[in-house]
Amino acid sequence: MADGSIGLWTVPLAVLGGAIRVSTPFLFVSLGECITERSGRINLGLEGTLVMGAMSAYGISYVTGSPWLGVLAAGVAGALLGALHAGICSLPRVNDIAVGIALMLFGTGLAFYLGKPLIEPTAPRLPAIDFGWWSDIPQLRAALRINVMFLIGVALAPILYWAFRTTRWGLLIRTAGESSDAARAMGYSVLLIRLRATMVGGFLAGIGGSFLSLFYPGSWNEGLSSGQGITAVALVIFARWDPLLCLWASLAFGGAAALGPALQSVGVTSGYHLFNAAPYILTLAIMIITCSPKRTLTGAPAELSITR
Amino acid sequence: MIIGEQPPPSGAFGVNAIAMTMRFGDFLALDNVDLKVRPGSFHALLGENGAGKSTLVKCIMGYYHATEGGIIIGDREQAIANPKDAHALGLGMVYQHFTLVPAMTVAENLVLARDNVPAVVDWSKEMKELDAFLARMPFKVPLGAKVSDISAGERQKCEILKQLYLKRHFLILDEPTSVLTPAEADEVLGMLRDMVVRGELTILMITHKFREVMAFADEVTILRRGKLAGHGKVAELTADAMARTMIGAEELTVQPPRTGEAGRTRLELAKVRALDDAGAIAVHDVSLTVRAGEIVGIAGVSGNGQRQLVEVLAGQREAESGEISVAGDPYRASRAEMRRHKMSLLPEEPLKNACVGGMSIADNIAFREFDRAPFASLGWWLNRGAFRDDAKKKIGQYKIKTRTPDTPISALSGGNVQRAVLARELGGDVEVLIAANPCFGLDFAAVAQIHAEIMAARNRGAAVLLVSEDLDELLELSDRLVVMFHGEFVYEAPTCDADLTVVGRHMAGH
Repeated sequence: MADGSIGLWTVPLAVLGGAIRVSTPFLFVSLGECITERSGRINLGLEGTLVMGAMSAYGISYVTGSPWLGVLAAGVAGALLGALHAGICSLPRVNDIAVGIALMLFGTGLAFYLGKPLIEPTAPRLPAIDFGWWSDIPQLRAALRINVMFLIGVALAPILYWAFRTTRWGLLIRTAGESSDAARAMGYSVLLIRLRATMVGGFLAGIGGSFLSLFYPGSWNEGLSSGQGITAVALVIFARWDPLLCLWASLAFGGAAALGPALQSVGVTSGYHLFNAAPYILTLAIMIITCSPKRTLTGAPAELSITR
Repeated sequence: MIIGEQPPPSGAFGVNAIAMTMRFGDFLALDNVDLKVRPGSFHALLGENGAGKSTLVKCIMGYYHATEGGIIIGDREQAIANPKDAHALGLGMVYQHFTLVPAMTVAENLVLARDNVPAVVDWSKEMKELDAFLARMPFKVPLGAKVSDISAGERQKCEILKQLYLKRHFLILDEPTSVLTPAEADEVLGMLRDMVVRGELTILMITHKFREVMAFADEVTILRRGKLAGHGKVAELTADAMARTMIGAEELTVQPPRTGEAGRTRLELAKVRALDDAGAIAVHDVSLTVRAGEIVGIAGVSGNGQRQLVEVLAGQREAESGEISVAGDPYRASRAEMRRHKMSLLPEEPLKNACVGGMSIADNIAFREFDRAPFASLGWWLNRGAFRDDAKKKIGQYKIKTRTPDTPISALSGGNVQRAVLARELGGDVEVLIAANPCFGLDFAAVAQIHAEIMAARNRGAAVLLVSEDLDELLELSDRLVVMFHGEFVYEAPTCDADLTVVGRHMAGH
């Protein structure tokens, strides 16, 4: 104990710290997808958007020296990909899931192509706030070095929850997602509402990507995302399309993803890859528990192509 | 106070549609039709399906742009380019299908319908205003309840309240009572009638229920095949005269008289329970027997578990618990059992539930027997010629309007799809027939034919379970009447003893 070791306490602390770090991209992508899906459309392309966001953020941050400009660029890139998805889906007889898969491949491919020169250089990274200054246990201090993006995401969840209830845009998005007939009968353009919702969703997913390249792991390479974009889409279903539940679900997924490295840090190396697979096992388990052939999901927007 | 771009007129006003013609390609949907709705009147628009009623009102509301003709609102001719223009002029429409968002509360739906929804809604202020608005209205609705949780009657009231909340003084109602019990229908129409009498509203109601026309409307306009067939004051007309104007000279199939007595029990349900898609109990331990040579009618407002019950009988949904037996044998809706017991099914929405839209009429008609002689040899080699010959025979016999038996069935009109299903299901011997809303949305000729076929099946000794939202149909056909409410059978009586007000009360759950 004298050398500052805290024994097995390292594991929960590392999981906590890891959860906060790893959950941030989940949080942004799932909040974005939550907006898109509440408007009645699924954008599976967010995996591509995430990687594209990571690349754009890294590139702009490197060129301008400002990581925040990088975050903005990632958001804009994501919004453009969202607009592309919504634009194609506006055509008659187009399936949003198929377009999503195409854009997932397109987004990652484009990012790899444009990002080739960015693998070597080092770009300025996003700041973190040290909430653990009062403690002298290094593991606790490490766990409490919380990045600003996470805090923004945590604030965003209740804001979205509130916005879905009390703002015109929130009500319109829900109307388009629950009954496009009703929206049309009121004289609103469902396609336009979905275009905007998909763009905002893409914007947030792009920002989620910027976190990957600018904070954790904090560099640009082609193995940066390990399916966080797709997992986040599943997470929205798990969270029943509720932004507040998205926050908790992201933390749970982040914690699961941090389990492998945390165990490794205390010397548990057997089954390392198995523990690393924890988030995917969690995804599968959640899908099996929450889905049933006999019933539709409660809370699912009625216009989604999976529930109609 | 709700403020529009330009203030709509503050009292009832009239609408004149003059010489309206509407073409869709080669098809003439409206042919030089005049409609004159006087200010402060309750006007009924009658006509069969496809007569052009919806097209006419959609032209008035700006959904369609008439090929020729003009619309005078109040005393000025108006160009209505889209529904927003119509709304600004004070015209409102209540659709046949609800336009409320089911997952939202009544209050959210009302506020959302406004043209000027504030960017951030101050709910405490809005609720106060809505309460004040409701206090002035003849009917009450629970503002905080989700639309999916309130009854069909309350939803229809919400739809109408929404139009009044938006300060619309000319209301077009598209078959507003199709989902209501008779008592609810009378209540809603009576209250609207009072508002018309007070000069606050003008109403144009699309309907096919003569009872409502006779009881509530001042004037009537009747369309037939896109043409004006007649108009006049309701007080000077009889229901028979209106019906004749509506159908024209078309010959209707004569329904055979009810003959024979009920025999042994054929279909028996014992404590059947089924869940709906959301996992809630939709059919709550119902028990029922249907005997040979008997029509048992199940009445009820849509959404009280009838759909799930029929799906269980059709094999489209698994029962949670309970027993179903046919002629004493347990029944699990397998193809072999259906064949053995000569079961037939006329599900609702036949194109979706009983047909493969992209396959030909001949194929669809052969579904029950396609792997048997003469349609197949050895159970797998299909004889296309036999399919076509059988289909040709049935197309003639059941008056299915199509050029060839090879047309995809989805290309037929609703009435002809139902006739094709009827040909398949009633073409052979029938011992048990289950029919769900078999006449929904069909014209008089098709309805008369289907009713005649169902009665004939009964007379031949079939046990018939008829599930319908149309009480008149049930009163006409069934021997015994059962009312379903919230998944339970709450009332049962021989049809000849059934009291309409008592039935209506049970349908509403009182």
